Amino acid sequence: MSGILNSSIGRKFAMALSAFFLMIFLLQHFAINVTSVFSANTFNETSHFMGTNALVQYVFQPILLFSVVFHFVMGFVLEIKNRKARQIPYAKNNGAANSSWMSRNMIWTGLAILAFMGLHFYDFWFPEINTKYIQGDMSGLLADGSGYRYFEELQHKFLSPVRVGIYVVAFVFLALHLLHGFNSAFQSVGANNKYTKGLKGFGKAYAILIPLGFVIIALYHHFNHIS
Amino acid sequence: MNLTLKIWRQKNKDDKGKLVDYKINEVSPDMSFLEMLDVLNEQLINKGEDPVAFDHDCREGICGMCSLFINGQAHGPDRGITTCQLHMRMFKDEDTIFIEPFRATAFPVIKDLVVDRTSFDRIQHAGGFISVNTSGNTIDANAIPVNKHDADEAFEAATCIGCGACVASCKNSSAMLFVGAKVSQFALLPQGKVEATDRVLNMVKQMDEEGFGNCTNTGACEIECPKGISLENIARMNREYLSASLKG
Repeated sequence: MSGILNSSIGRKFAMALSAFFLMIFLLQHFAINVTSVFSANTFNETSHFMGTNALVQYVFQPILLFSVVFHFVMGFVLEIKNRKARQIPYAKNNGAANSSWMSRNMIWTGLAILAFMGLHFYDFWFPEINTKYIQGDMSGLLADGSGYRYFEELQHKFLSPVRVGIYVVAFVFLALHLLHGFNSAFQSVGANNKYTKGLKGFGKAYAILIPLGFVIIALYHHFNHIS
Repeated sequence: MNLTLKIWRQKNKDDKGKLVDYKINEVSPDMSFLEMLDVLNEQLINKGEDPVAFDHDCREGICGMCSLFINGQAHGPDRGITTCQLHMRMFKDEDTIFIEPFRATAFPVIKDLVVDRTSFDRIQHAGGFISVNTSGNTIDANAIPVNKHDADEAFEAATCIGCGACVASCKNSSAMLFVGAKVSQFALLPQGKVEATDRVLNMVKQMDEEGFGNCTNTGACEIECPKGISLENIARMNREYLSASLKG
């Protein structure tokens, strides 16, 4: 058991586990974001709960951060190791004949997502941590105390067409990453047999619908605010 | 057919190597790819030049000896075949064909298009066997009941000829389809259960030590495998490995 993470299969397994956690998180993030389209109040209440609940803040948030860092670091480690496994490249390599573009470019779609996460953290996570844990304001209220601040902050961020454009492009990359990554994670933990035939279709649906949902929410707030 | 061949020429394992252009004319579309190379080599010998070294043996798609990365694909542009089963009718007149050795750090080039695939042998030695009493009172394997589904899957895994197309096609030079097939063919049968734990741990350890890359599930290996070995074998190996690691 001790050497499992030093083995190729152990590393695959660890990548898959972190991916599962991130995919579940993405679903939960989407479920909260989608409430912002239907009810500012529900979005505010849910955001405040997530932002102040001890289990979410002190257990799930550190696990999430670890998963994000681990997934990216291990992704780079595997990429470096894999490049060493073929030091002389082919003069002509027709990868498109036997594999999808998504499966061959996980490192690039992953890097695009990493860049977006930098912006996302700058927009939301860092200010949130600053407000709550540095300034010590756990109230979740606007400066004038007229109500919760979360919905207004969300709307404000989606005013800029450039930011919304970056947001849309980033979620296209996320969809491309998930189109391979979802089923790849199941394959890595050994879930590819006669009992898992439906997973491939479900994985494609997840990979397209969840990022599309995030894009629709961003566009909704952008155009709704303008009008 | 008149063709231009861009063939990897490398004197020995220490030589840097390079692609060399050759013109070959009046190639019959009914020739196999290896026969076309035979014709080229006859021409080179007649001119006093060193013939192109390439691996081949049975020329019936059974032995797994012929390799070659042709126009960017292991065993060339067709499905479910080895290079000896590839025919020149798959190409067009005046085509330029790239012919390269299987590329992987674990498959070093010996000469021209010949690569050293003994890393596969060492993986097999690490666990690709079962222990059978050969003292004369061995139980006939057919006397042991085997679930039909398991028997079929074990047979399919056992059709792997160890050619290395999976490694050559994989962008990571991973050998997991080969090892997955070898682990699966025994893991599914009662005779293989006894050494199942040690087998998968030892074979994967050897695979990693040989310098093969990590599988990222692109599926290129399954598509290019001349015997159609399924990715399900890699998934089974992953399950076997995780289970064995917990036991160990």
